[in-house]
Amino acid sequence: MKNLQSEIKNLQLKMSCRQGYGDEILALAKKNKKIIVLSADLMDSLRVAEFKKKFPNKFLEMGVSEANMISVAAGLALEGFVPFTSSFAVFTPNQAVSQIRVSVAYNKANVKIVGSHAGVSIGADGATHQALEDIAIMRAIPGVTIFAPADYWQTRRAVRAAAKMNGPVYIRFGRGDIEQITNEKTPFKIGEAQILKKGKSGTIIAHGESVHRALLAVAELAKEKLDFGVVNLPTIKPLDEKTILNLARKTKRFVIAEDHQLTGGLGSAVAEFLAEKYAIPMEFVAIRDKFGESGEAEKLVKKYHIDTEDIVEAGKRVMGRKR
Amino acid sequence: MSIKIKQLENVARNLRHDTTEMLYRAGSGHWGGSLGMADIFAALFFGGIIYYPWKKNQWNRRDRFILSCGHICPIFYATLDRLGFFGDKKAILRKLGSPLQGHPSHIHIEAVETSTGPLGQGVGVAVGKALALKMQKKKQRVFCVTSDGEHEEGSTWEAISSAAKFKLDNLIFILDRNHLQIGGSTEEVANLGNLAERYRFLGWDVFQTNGHIMPEILDTFRKVKRANGRPKLVIAETTMGKGVSFVENDYRYHGRAPNEEEYKKAVTELRK
Ligand SMILES: Cc1ncc(C[n+]2csc(CCOP(=O)(O)OP(=O)(O)O)c2C)c(N)n1
Repeated sequence: MKNLQSEIKNLQLKMSCRQGYGDEILALAKKNKKIIVLSADLMDSLRVAEFKKKFPNKFLEMGVSEANMISVAAGLALEGFVPFTSSFAVFTPNQAVSQIRVSVAYNKANVKIVGSHAGVSIGADGATHQALEDIAIMRAIPGVTIFAPADYWQTRRAVRAAAKMNGPVYIRFGRGDIEQITNEKTPFKIGEAQILKKGKSGTIIAHGESVHRALLAVAELAKEKLDFGVVNLPTIKPLDEKTILNLARKTKRFVIAEDHQLTGGLGSAVAEFLAEKYAIPMEFVAIRDKFGESGEAEKLVKKYHIDTEDIVEAGKRVMGRKR
Repeated sequence: MSIKIKQLENVARNLRHDTTEMLYRAGSGHWGGSLGMADIFAALFFGGIIYYPWKKNQWNRRDRFILSCGHICPIFYATLDRLGFFGDKKAILRKLGSPLQGHPSHIHIEAVETSTGPLGQGVGVAVGKALALKMQKKKQRVFCVTSDGEHEEGSTWEAISSAAKFKLDNLIFILDRNHLQIGGSTEEVANLGNLAERYRFLGWDVFQTNGHIMPEILDTFRKVKRANGRPKLVIAETTMGKGVSFVENDYRYHGRAPNEEEYKKAVTELRK
């Protein structure tokens, strides 16, 4: 426990995932001549303005035309390039689902779709701009790898892994400057969970910005003599079935936390898997079939019940249930 | 100059002021485009172009108004506020619990005919509304404000085509032609071509006006009334940020709210 406290304290200065994308894609393009960046008039928001400056010939400004951007990226990929499309998660996938399904996934085209500003935690822009179903959409399309990194460095690693592998990838993250969970040296393997802390009472699984809240929740639960573990799951698909099954057998109780709809998110991915293999009590901290709204990020996280205290409550609830 | 013109110019100035204030208090939102459309909104809602009897018993007889480029909603909210829509309540933007969402929300405000935000959708809903009015032989018209950047979405052109196919002469698009979007000029970011020609080619009547000269705006809309089986487009040539010198034509103000210093400077300019 001591370890964890110091770990939380050690969290370095806040940085954003989108900066991680911008920095990593720049570094990658220096070595990989096949990388192309596409943008749908959100170059600054996705932090790829620097890329445009350094690689003007590798940067394609598509204008506000997400569906077209995805199909064009598929064309580029089918001719051997490695295109990264850059927009908000609410526009890619949402504005281009059929293009992603057929031009990209059915073709097995090597397109990397980067969706930023996901979740209610983008705040003031409101419901229209808060992507809460993007993971559900992408999970339902066969053959798409899905990353939901937890911080700056993990985003860099996910982008690097995406460029290296062959096949469609979706990378989703939020907008804000957030606490850092990982660092430059933290290992990243596609489909591998990152166990941040082991625990005996149960396990909290999270992705993205919820990972930090899970760590805070575990500290709270410890005050009540509950020893929960924390797992960061930066790859939503393929699911790390081995680790999940192991933890289910060992700890017998899960809490799954995310800034996404309950329907189709990480929680349902884990539940679908365990229902067939080894059913255990699970509690979900996710958006319950609602649209978001405008407001300050912290207030929304509270109002929509995906905050630290909601994870704590879920932890207590799950303790009262038996397998 | 007629009294009416003077009054409308005053309304526009007030709308610019309210918009600036609202955005300053919110701390985020789209300032440039909102300022640029103040004269058009003053003309539409206070100059007798849109029939908008917001008192409940006549509400069904209103012309429908859709802001398809939802991000410039502060100017629409300021207009609704000046029309008295929000009563004594202060118009608070983008805060938890406020009906003035970051992008216009139908479920929060009755006057918002359809929720918008993602570009390329309001235009299609406008076509649907115009069709519905025609099918019921209703006389009201549908006014839809759309931005130039929105014309990069394929769905916008799908809406434009279907409007002509269904002969929707009760539909009027107003194009906020400020030649700017997030990433710079519309000509650099995309390839819009000659928008007037593209609309005409698809069967629309096209009108042009300077978006800041009140008599010209009113004159142009007076010409648009004819029922001739063709949808209408009014291209308003506008300046993003109009009325606040340092915001004018600077695309970096597309998606920003004023900070304290900018707010004070802007309000001083707008009071002159
Ligand atoms: C489908 C979709 N993609 C991206 C965005 C993000 N976005 C908001 S405004 C805008 C473009 C701005 O250009 P324009 O519509 O001409 O508005 P103006 O800058 O003149 O206010 C973009 C890309 C969006 N709202 N909808």
